[in-house]
Amino acid sequence: MYRYDSYDQAIVDARVEEFRDQTQRRLTGALTEDQFKPLRLMNGLYLQLHAYMLRVAIPYGTLSGKQMRKLGEIAGKYDKGYGHFTTRQNLQYNWIKLADAPDILAELATVEMHAIQTSGNCIRNISSDQYAGVSADEVADPRPWAELLRQWSSFHPEFTYLPRKFKICVIASDDDRAAMRLHDIGLKLVERDGVVGAEVYAGGGMGRTPMVAPLIRDFVAEDEIISYLEACLRVYNRYGRRDNKYKARIKILVHEIGVEEYKRQVEDEFAHMRELGLNPPVEELARIRAFFAAPAYESGLSDEIDRSNRAFALWVDRQVAAHKAPGYAIVNISLKPIDGIPGDASAEQIGLVADLAEAYSFDELRVTHAQNLVLPHVKKADLFAVWQKLVAAGLAEANLDLITDIIACPGLDYCALANARSIPLAQKIAARFAAAERQAEIGELKLKISGCINACGHHHAGHIGILGVDRRGVENFQLLLGGSGAEDASLGQITGPGFSEDGVVDAIEKVTDIYLAERESGERFLDTYRRIGMKPFKEAIYG
Amino acid sequence: MVEFLSFRDGESTQEPAVTVESFTGQSNATAVRIEPGEDARELLPHLDRISLIEVNFPVYGDGRGYSAARIVREAGYTGELRAVGDVLVDQIVAMRRCGFDSFHPAKALDDAAVERALNRYDDVYQKAIDGRAPIWAKRHPETHNG
Repeated sequence: MYRYDSYDQAIVDARVEEFRDQTQRRLTGALTEDQFKPLRLMNGLYLQLHAYMLRVAIPYGTLSGKQMRKLGEIAGKYDKGYGHFTTRQNLQYNWIKLADAPDILAELATVEMHAIQTSGNCIRNISSDQYAGVSADEVADPRPWAELLRQWSSFHPEFTYLPRKFKICVIASDDDRAAMRLHDIGLKLVERDGVVGAEVYAGGGMGRTPMVAPLIRDFVAEDEIISYLEACLRVYNRYGRRDNKYKARIKILVHEIGVEEYKRQVEDEFAHMRELGLNPPVEELARIRAFFAAPAYESGLSDEIDRSNRAFALWVDRQVAAHKAPGYAIVNISLKPIDGIPGDASAEQIGLVADLAEAYSFDELRVTHAQNLVLPHVKKADLFAVWQKLVAAGLAEANLDLITDIIACPGLDYCALANARSIPLAQKIAARFAAAERQAEIGELKLKISGCINACGHHHAGHIGILGVDRRGVENFQLLLGGSGAEDASLGQITGPGFSEDGVVDAIEKVTDIYLAERESGERFLDTYRRIGMKPFKEAIYG
Repeated sequence: MVEFLSFRDGESTQEPAVTVESFTGQSNATAVRIEPGEDARELLPHLDRISLIEVNFPVYGDGRGYSAARIVREAGYTGELRAVGDVLVDQIVAMRRCGFDSFHPAKALDDAAVERALNRYDDVYQKAIDGRAPIWAKRHPETHNG
């Protein structure tokens, strides 16, 4: 894992003091809320329906046991005892007092964490694959690139007042576990003639105008990636729309001028910028890469797993993924208990997962965009012990990628932007499909709920997506089918008129019934939908 | 409180700035003002006769002026580069990094706050226009001139 040096630490410490000063000026009335708002928004502090919400960056979703423990301590000390993991691999506290915010940031800084650029029209937290470094199919670990980009984007002098927020994702596998093409810029590491570089995709995103990012360059070498991204950002900063906040993301620019014209402008700018010495030397990426070296795996371990406990065996089959090192496994920890809040974890649960990371996973953890956690390096021989501890903590739900593994935004229970409540709906759907046999029968089905058009719950990318809208003061839910955030990225289509909360649960049941009746061998829900199209589903729902 | 801030040696240009359109259409003006949405590159053929470029920020959140500033500096412009309009203390550091060397904010700034902002961060992560060695150059002095 990356560790700060004195430069990194000094910047984060200085930011804490700057924010303490700004907060103090607000508390004494020297700054009005209008003046304070842009300052706090540069630091992840939102004023929500009931309280301040603080969003903490978890760069590329990787953290240590010590960092995780600190997140749990803060949840217990300053929040109501919970943290909420988000679709951006971040963590949000929903019940923060303004006067406490500087102290929280100071505590985070002691474990090399921060909330820099977790909001605002700037380059946000860099996201990545939760299996980075441990999946056998990656070209290289994408996290050193992500860390290089974290540093480059922090307090970038030219790109801090962009037309709109800007999200970058780096992956390195053909299997896309991070919704790379639904980012403003997505990088996919590839190898060419023995050299690792990046394919660059630009103009993806969700929100009210969802787009899958097109490829704009098939290779950028590591020693030119910064100047290439500066070129991409400069064209966007200069020509992205600023007249309408809903048309201000880069996807609209790329769409309106066309991908070829955007590419041409970027190439012109790049030809100029590559001469400016903006790129760190390759030694810098090598320095960062050394922090992500594989841990000291034991050799000669058995791959056998004792499956005599049936509940354990079911959990292994669902939650454990293949690790590149013999004798090790990747453990997915579900934050989607049937009656829980998707992505929420209690202070105690966060602390327990920190302990598990230290004891069983080389002190390393991951957060996924699907709002779950990962222990990336667990010995197969330790799986049973880990499972027992997860069971005791209420964290052993075996539903990864099943219909109850629901992504949901905080919705109208917390969020000032929301039109509808996402959490109670997620709970109703989970309750309807709670039976393990039924979930297993349906198989992989990614269900995603957003409480408003901003699409924080990724509803466009759900195999089944739900969008909450306000229809004349009443919550109404639109149903979408056929989206995907994976390597086969696609956008869901709306089935037709919306539903009440109970109505949409019924509609989902009809949709899954059609799937079970129509599927051919080996087909996931998404495959069947793509083969037979919307019509049979529509007939079942509205017929 | 400070109404005008300069980091240049010597006097600031007093000549009123003309619009980009009238500047490129006439030969005698030496001060020009770029509005958001105007292309700073239109000035590049004329840089040697310009003594002042003003970049207007009608609202602080419109960041096009940062790119305009870098574009003229990257092209070798060494004259005065002035940020005007909704320029707040919290933007001064980034503006300095993009090459601005004078400031005429619509609302006067608190000198002490400006001083604090300018001295807040010892180091920077990116190479920009201000000549500061980025952190990566300091980490690898043997590979880079910094």
